[in-house]
Amino acid sequence: MSPEGIVSRRPRRVQEALLGYLLLVPALLVFGVFVFYPFLRNFKLALYQTPPFPGLPSHYVGLHQVGEVLTSSNFLQSLLTTILFVVMVVPAGLLLGLFLAVAAHRHLRGIAVYRIIFSSTVVSSVAVAALVFGTLMNPVVGFLPWLGINPHPPILENTTWALPAVAVMATWQFLGLSFIIMSAGLSSIPEEVLEAAKVDGATSWSAFWRVTVPLLSPTLFFGVVVATIYAFQTFGQIDILIGSQNAAYEHVNVLIYNVYTTLQINGNPGRAAVLSIALFLLTLTLTLLQLRFLERRVSYGI
Amino acid sequence: MAQIVYDHVTKRYGDVVAVDDLALRVDDGELLVLLGPSGCGKTTALRLVAGLEEVDAGTVSIGDDVVNDVEPKDRDVAMVFQSYALYPHLTVAKNLEFPLRQRGIDKEERRRRVTEVARTLGLEELLDRKPGQLSGGQRQRVALGRAIVRSPKAFLMDEPLSNLDAALRVQTRADIVALQQRLATTTVYVTHDQVEAMTMGHRIAVMDHGRLQQVAPPQELYDRPANAFVAAFLGSPGMNLVEGEVVTAPAGGWSVRTAGGDVELDAHLPAPPESTERKVVLGVRPEHLRLAPDGSLSARVLLVELLGAESQVICELPDHAHVVVRQVGDQPRPALGEAVRIAVDPAGVHLFAIDGTRLEGGR
Repeated sequence: MSPEGIVSRRPRRVQEALLGYLLLVPALLVFGVFVFYPFLRNFKLALYQTPPFPGLPSHYVGLHQVGEVLTSSNFLQSLLTTILFVVMVVPAGLLLGLFLAVAAHRHLRGIAVYRIIFSSTVVSSVAVAALVFGTLMNPVVGFLPWLGINPHPPILENTTWALPAVAVMATWQFLGLSFIIMSAGLSSIPEEVLEAAKVDGATSWSAFWRVTVPLLSPTLFFGVVVATIYAFQTFGQIDILIGSQNAAYEHVNVLIYNVYTTLQINGNPGRAAVLSIALFLLTLTLTLLQLRFLERRVSYGI
Repeated sequence: MAQIVYDHVTKRYGDVVAVDDLALRVDDGELLVLLGPSGCGKTTALRLVAGLEEVDAGTVSIGDDVVNDVEPKDRDVAMVFQSYALYPHLTVAKNLEFPLRQRGIDKEERRRRVTEVARTLGLEELLDRKPGQLSGGQRQRVALGRAIVRSPKAFLMDEPLSNLDAALRVQTRADIVALQQRLATTTVYVTHDQVEAMTMGHRIAVMDHGRLQQVAPPQELYDRPANAFVAAFLGSPGMNLVEGEVVTAPAGGWSVRTAGGDVELDAHLPAPPESTERKVVLGVRPEHLRLAPDGSLSARVLLVELLGAESQVICELPDHAHVVVRQVGDQPRPALGEAVRIAVDPAGVHLFAIDGTRLEGGR
């Protein structure tokens, strides 16, 4: 019996499955090396304590380190900062995005230019934007101080104002994506339904609240999920605008940045692993909750 | 309740004239059908009354008021959309209530009116459902209910039946006519379906390329079309139109010489004035033609369409013009390709100029 004979007698289904796995291999390799392996390795790291002096071997401590980190004041402070940051960025980012989307959602000559401008923050680099914002807030040459907003210590070193300042920039940077999401949501609402509301006697205001917003709710919930994850992941803005040597550092040390400083500045991979797992679980839980809620509350099948 | 008047209304989109100098009056309590092929401007004309489009020239009045600059919400008209445009997030009851709520009508009165409308349209069982859970016919009734619930000055209906299946369409057609008759509310009804137009309209306004072609009661429109477009658009199939030339008949009087032969003009047609309009378009409806050995036109059978009670014989004249002959009862069916002769009922002959305008004829 020739090998060809064996191959050709394999059921078609098996052949197709084999081809499918073959095509998956390149992607699986990349994901395996850069995502799955580090992800699993991270759990192992969390179980080992890094010794206080470099060069000594780390040793297995089991869940002891997890408990210690999660009850530490450093973690709780960081968690609180993260929540504050989310509360500042998510509603503002979504509402401003919705406002811009509504403003641009009309048939006017040249409106495309505004759509491009409004969505442009999606493609602007975090580093460049952070430098621009840093300059705007500079106590000597900045725009905000020029306007008279010049607290002491300067905004970006001020324990009260540093986090809101980063939130302003993060919000601005999120606006582009928010605008695109909201615009897509708006254009999925049938025009005739809004026209029906007008003929039925609704003012623009009541048509917006009674028709547009309810029909937009799937988009709004999606936006909340995306914005929350975005806020959790805000790193570059904090690193460039504030940095770990700043007086206000403790007040902007959100979880993602804490992971970085714990690993790179304090050289403690064990603690950093625990923190990153905490951030992962937080993101996962919130996302699952939101998706669950979204599925139950908002589906109209227009 | 009120009349609606278009006073030389024009609406343009860029270079396209959607509605061209429309002058039309819809009487108080009348059901006027705007009929025409797609893109003829009928829907735009309707939306101008609703205020969903702005008038470029002329005036639109509802009742005694010019409404050019009045917001849709203040025009007190109700519209039924082709897609129904129900509020998908609201229950049927809330959909019906919506226009009342927007007008600040109190809760008791709202409930009373919603209940009444639901009973009229048989929607009582559906009040707690959302539009996504309804069939097409049910949605259509909710859309109708939302229009009648606040007793507006006028109903504007934009092809409200086109998304229903055939049987339901016939039923709903009759329901709408009965409802409109009972409420006696001025209604503008847009459709491209000439059967709908013929069966529903008190009068029909036929539009083409943004221009009003003719406005008349259905039977008059059918019997005396003002031009070749109206003649061909009404009826299924429409009127046969054949080009020809007016000549003197051997026996005195006049006839039209076509590629298939001479058609004698009946005495009811006054002779065309000398020296004008020698070239004409001869119009005859399929029911005024008959296959007969002594017929005046010679043709060849292309196709026979059986419709049960009747059949349509599609023939080709020597110049390749198509002519449809209606056969009823058990007349013998011709074979495909058979050479036949077609007799013309002189009383059913219409004459149009080459540009389509009516010359004379018809009963």
